[in-house]
Amino acid sequence: MTRVLTGTTQAIRLKGRSFLATVLSPELPLDEWFERFDVLASRSAGYFLKRPVMLDVTGIGMDRDSLLDLVSRLGERGIRIMGIEGASDGELGPDLPPAMSGGLPASDLDARTQEPASGPVPAQPAPSLMVTEPVRSGQTLISDGDITIIGSVASGAEVVAGGSVHVYGTLRGRVSAGSSGNASARIFCRKLEAELVAIAGFYQTSEDLEPRLHGQAVQLWLDGESILAERFN
Amino acid sequence: MGKVIVVTSGKGGVGKTTSTAAIGAALAQKGDKVVVVDFDVGLRNLDLVMGAERRVVYDLINVIQGEAKLAQALIRDKRLQSLYLLPASQTRDKDKLTPEGVEKVIASLKSAFDWIICDSPAGIERGATLAMRHADAAIVVTNPEVSSVRDSDRIIGLLDSKTVKAEAGERVEKHLLLNRYDPARAASGDMLNVDDVMEILSIPLLGVIPESANILRASNIGSPVTLCDSSSQTAQAYFNAARRLAGEAIPVTIPGEKRSFFGKFFGRKAA
Repeated sequence: MTRVLTGTTQAIRLKGRSFLATVLSPELPLDEWFERFDVLASRSAGYFLKRPVMLDVTGIGMDRDSLLDLVSRLGERGIRIMGIEGASDGELGPDLPPAMSGGLPASDLDARTQEPASGPVPAQPAPSLMVTEPVRSGQTLISDGDITIIGSVASGAEVVAGGSVHVYGTLRGRVSAGSSGNASARIFCRKLEAELVAIAGFYQTSEDLEPRLHGQAVQLWLDGESILAERFN
Repeated sequence: MGKVIVVTSGKGGVGKTTSTAAIGAALAQKGDKVVVVDFDVGLRNLDLVMGAERRVVYDLINVIQGEAKLAQALIRDKRLQSLYLLPASQTRDKDKLTPEGVEKVIASLKSAFDWIICDSPAGIERGATLAMRHADAAIVVTNPEVSSVRDSDRIIGLLDSKTVKAEAGERVEKHLLLNRYDPARAASGDMLNVDDVMEILSIPLLGVIPESANILRASNIGSPVTLCDSSSQTAQAYFNAARRLAGEAIPVTIPGEKRSFFGKFFGRKAA
């Protein structure tokens, strides 16, 4: 009997997600590069631990053996390479990390700013954004942390926060909390007239919001895949 | 130095040009030297509303391009000695309106006039952004309906970010002129009422202009309502708005209501 793979209940969810990785670009000769690297690593101990690290070997013409050697020497220093950029496909076998391409440049990381780690490094909370003016139609506010707005968010305005969003005024525009996937982010507002609310990528338009919530002081949060709301009394 | 005022709205047809003419004429009647500048290149109308359409020789674009001197392009009003018009071009490409050219023209107007009132085109494109670029204050003309209010909100956002003052970290004064207000329809809920609009836009109220047939007549005969029909309720509303613009504290009266809202509206601060 043939299995039918088109049933909707058997669908497999594939998701794209982008991450920020540290990219190491070794220079020749490798011995000298490793010397400099060890000096840097001793100054900022633990910097590379638990970080996704990529290797960029563009333009230094490495063959398969020298790549294997390079990866193992990095491995001795506790650095695991998640992907290699700039190597030709033939050079990378199953014993080497996969080839990567199409990365977008981000700002250079400065390892020296990192304090020498003593014990586990606590995650830095993203800074929160405080806005003391109304957010006007056509404006977009973006922050990795929480956003607090003392004033209203107009129809046609957009607020995107990595954390929670607090609106001490009427919320008429679009709000997205937990935009980088934080499902515990919430939306709070003094008067809900929003066009769209989203938490961690799950959204509801004003049409789907319960009419009894309209114009009320409300908090919204995510439970599984649905947005729940509660009035403040 | 003169004060540069932009009359703007985002949405078209809400009464920017009519209000520019009426407030310009009202200020000129107080004895101030006023120039009204049409920024609507290609769709100019201020000359018609001012009754100067048959006297246009040179325009703003000619001045910017160096084809005419500013003094040649300025048209003095026949009824008011201290009121001038700088018309827009009807035929030229609106890309000829350059930031440098506008800056120069505004600078020379500032040294010669008390008030430079810029009539912005609708929209948020080049003409509108250049009209507001050098403004010291803005009159945001809004009709009591949702699309006009949302567009006004958008324009207020631009006034706070794209003007020379905003870029220097200062603030452009913003004033709400609620136009075409019909008290009966606002009371019945067909129209937004003054409170609704104030709550959404949160800028101080300059005046409420009642919906009126006088305006249409005034436009058609080419005379600002504050000149041709100065005793009408509409003209009085514009006169009061002009006095508030000049800094006088006059209570705002809502058409159709006997009470004045002095405490209510002047107690509010712009957010």
